[in-house]
Formats: sequence, structure tokens, C-alpha cells
Amino acid sequence: MSNTRTRLDTTFRYETPEGIELELRPAGPVVRGFAWGIDFGIRAVVYILVSVVASIFGGVGTAISLIFLFLVEWFYPVIFEIYKRATPGKSVLGLEVMQADGSPLSWSSSLLRNLLRTADFFPFLYCSGFISMMLNNKFQRLGDLAADTVVVFREARNTIAKIPAYPPKPSPYPLSLTEQRLILDFAERAQSLSAERRSELADLLFFLTSGSNKEAELTLLAYANWFARGR
Amino acid sequence: MPTGLPGGDRQAMHQQQFEKLYEPAWIQLNLQLSRMKGDKETEEQQVSDSSESHEFASFPANYKKICNHYALARSRHYSPALVARLHQLVLMGHQQLYKTDRSWFRRSLIFLAAGFPQALRQNARFFYLALLIFLLPATVAGYFTYHDQVMIYSIMDDRQVGNMEYMYDPQNRKPGRDMERTSETNVQMFGFYIMHNISIGFRTFAGGMLLGVGTVFSLFFNGIILGGVSGHLSHAPYGMVFWPFVAGHGSFELTAIVISGAAGLILASALVMPGSMTRGAALRKSAPASLQLVMGAAFMLVIAAFIEAFWSPSSVSPEIRFVVAGLLWSLVVLYFVFGGRKYGS
Repeated sequence: MSNTRTRLDTTFRYETPEGIELELRPAGPVVRGFAWGIDFGIRAVVYILVSVVASIFGGVGTAISLIFLFLVEWFYPVIFEIYKRATPGKSVLGLEVMQADGSPLSWSSSLLRNLLRTADFFPFLYCSGFISMMLNNKFQRLGDLAADTVVVFREARNTIAKIPAYPPKPSPYPLSLTEQRLILDFAERAQSLSAERRSELADLLFFLTSGSNKEAELTLLAYANWFARGR
Repeated sequence: MPTGLPGGDRQAMHQQQFEKLYEPAWIQLNLQLSRMKGDKETEEQQVSDSSESHEFASFPANYKKICNHYALARSRHYSPALVARLHQLVLMGHQQLYKTDRSWFRRSLIFLAAGFPQALRQNARFFYLALLIFLLPATVAGYFTYHDQVMIYSIMDDRQVGNMEYMYDPQNRKPGRDMERTSETNVQMFGFYIMHNISIGFRTFAGGMLLGVGTVFSLFFNGIILGGVSGHLSHAPYGMVFWPFVAGHGSFELTAIVISGAAGLILASALVMPGSMTRGAALRKSAPASLQLVMGAAFMLVIAAFIEAFWSPSSVSPEIRFVVAGLLWSLVVLYFVFGGRKYGS
């Protein structure tokens, strides 16, 4: 089962020195394109504001707005990626940048991936970057490959799910660990599903629950309680 | 099998027992993590506080414990929500434990004092190659435009040539300003040079990622233009304005552009000739050195912009400006030959 899963979705695993595997979900070109669009809008607005304000100060003002344009053009992503883990555009879409080994982005990697943006942009609108992203399994553009970084989906904040308490009951047939885990998953998600959907799902296991609707659902909860805490 | 399998050395336990036994440890690690992350600024004070420093010292051990719990929870197929919760703790801990030193100001100083010239010396062959790609077309173009007054028109159009001649015309109030910028102040030009020149440096570097084609093109193209213009403007009446103007800042500017090119060529050579490594591995291995070179070059271009904006157009006599230019060139050469020789070796 775990084999098919790694093949089907885009998660990749990194084994840490502690001998455990971290799972990271890299972000593809579409969502990253939108993030870039948002950032582009923000940069444009900020630059226009600064140059309007700076124009009051004549020559010095022009110098300031030129230097500001230069800094925003090249270092806007670096500053945000280092201090906030993602530019505002990425943040809005739930993305963040990290090293491919799951550790936080270093200064040098952030500089590298953002200086090489020009190469990814070549010849227009990130054509090279897009091709590069399509050719590897972590959606890395050229800058990411050189800096050894990935853009991943931020982990959703976990709300601790509780298995609804119900008098435990052993399952009539021996179930494999994977099957047990599916029933536990169902029990944990039960509260986020509508009553109809819960019954519908539980009904599918009629051979296991030998009941229907509400009854089947409660039987599954009883099994889940048995798996999680015994009698 | 009705319930869990024996896992590890311990008798397998139900998920709930597991949670009850270890939850305090998870909450503690979570607390520790948020405390370590939250007070970055006051970190130094905290370390001096003995109880806090003790807490930090226990972090790696706690983290390893949670890693163990995560592995157990996975292998015993506890519920997905529990596994996800532990995975999140482990990921946060991993990022705390393996983060890099961020004291960038100190590191930048050490880099400029020693790291940058060291990096250039280690990659000298790329520097010489970039120099060749830049200097060869520059010399050839300069030779022809010097000996043939109309040769310049095969490099640029009339308007550009007119603009160039205008910039270094002794009649021009401010040397180095073209027609559009003739009334601009030195400060304004400083801003322009920063944006324009450093962007060229960065683009020359990034072109290395396109198998070096972008880098070679940028060096070659800039070589032809700069060489051609220099040859053309060496004649009277422009020569005595042009050379005193460019001699000074050229030391930092041209060297920095060639160094940016060398940085691009480092990336390109990793991609084109990865040797016994995969291309990805070769790229990752050579990336730090190339980044060092391009960031050093950017710093040099800031200095160059400063000289070009405030010193080069000054009305100080050409003799003195040539002497200063000589000093600047020697400074650049001495810096790269001797800088950081004693540091760290």
C-alpha cells in the first residue's frame, strides 16, 4: 500500500539522521504561478508608492527610488523567505520554502535561488523554470536545483482529533493493521462529516458491521474504541 | 490479529495508553519549541540564564525521544491524527535543530576580509576564462575602432554613437552624462549605476544556469561594446575626457563583471562537465563558491557605482585622477592576491 501511495501522489520523503522520515508535499507550477502573480502585484504597488513619495525629494528621491527598485527586484523574496519562510504571495496560498532536507532555508540558498530567477524566467514568463519543474519529482526550478531547495505546502495546523468514546467491541474477523487504521481514521474524522455521509460510509462495510445506517456507524466506533484502547 | 503487534523491545500497547504515557513529553517539546522560536532577539540573555540554558541543552534529547515516538506510532499503525500530530512536532523540531547560523553581519565582514579573495583564488581558472571571453573581443573591437573612425558604426547605430560622443565631449558640462541625463545630479547617477550595473552582474551570473550560454554572451557582448567605445573615444577631443573618467571606477566595475562571469561559468561547468557526479550533485557542490563570487562582485559594484557617481565626473585634473586610478587598480589586484591568505588555513 505505501508503495502505491508514493507513486500516486507527489509527496517525497526525507530520512533524517534520527532515522525517521519526513513527508513533504512540493507545490506545482500552477499554485506557484499564482503566488508569483500576487507578489508581482504587491511589488508593483509598493514600488509605485515609494517612487511617488520619493519624487518629492528631487534628485535624491530619484536615487532612492532607483535603489529601491533594484533591491525590491532582486531581494524582496530573499528577505521574506528568510524571516517569514515565504513571500506574502506564497503565504496566502499556504506555501513555504525550505531546504530539500526539510531544514529551514539558509541565507545562501535563498540568495542563490532568487538570483537564478533570471535563468528560470528565460526567455519569457518562466519557460525554463517550468520545463525544469516538469523534469524532476520535487517541482524544482533551476534556482531550486542549484540551491537544493523546495517549495512545499505548509502543514495544516493539527487540531487534535478525538475518537468519540463508545463501549469497545472486538471485530468479528481479524483485521490487518492497515484495515484497523482505516477504521480509526473514520472514527477520528466522524465529527467533521455529516450524519448522512457517516452512515453512507459505514454502510459500505455491511459484511463487517452486519447492520445499517446509524447502527453500522456505531459498530465501527465500537471497533475503533477497541483498537485504540482495548476493552 | 485483533490488536497491535509487539513493537520494538516493549510490549505493544494500545494507542490510548501510549498517548497517556507520552503526552506530557509532547506538550513539553511543543512548549520548548515555541519558547526557542519566539524569543530570537533575547536569545543571548536567555542563554546566560542558567535554568533557560539548561532547558535548551535538553532540547536535542527531547527531540530524539519524540522521533522515537513518531516511528513507533507509525510502525504500530496508530490513528492517522496521532501520527500527523507527531509528524508535525518532529518537523518543527527538525527545523529548530538543523537551522543554520544566521548572524549575517559578522559573516559578511569575514567574507569580505578573507572569504571572497580566497574563493576567487580557488576558482582562478574560471576567472581567467571569463577574463579571456571578455578581453579578447574587447581588444579586437578596440583595435578596429581605434584605427578606423567609421568602424564604430558596425557596433552601434548613429544615435548611440552620437550619445557616446556627447557624453565625453569636452564641451559637455558633466562628463559621463548622456543627453537624457545631462542635468541629473551625482546622487541620481549613483542610484542609476547601482540598479543598472549590479543587475548586469546578476544576469551575467544567472546565465551560467543556461549551460553558460547566457554568461558567455553577456561577457562577449559587453566586451565588444566597451572595447569598441574605448577605441573610438581614444581620439581627440574625447580621449582626454573619456580615459580620466573611466580609469578609476573601471578597476572595481570591470573586475566585478568578469568575476560575475566566472561565477556563472562555475555553474555552467558543473552542468556541462559534471565529471563522476550526477549533474544535480555537481551543481549543488559548486553552487556555494559561485554564490560567494557573485555576492562579492555585487559588493564591488556598489563601490564602483560610488566612485563613478561622485569621483569620476569631478573637475580634479586628469593627472591626479590617473594616479588615483592607478592606486585603485593596485588595491583591487593586491586584495585578490593577498586577501585572506592567513585566515582559516
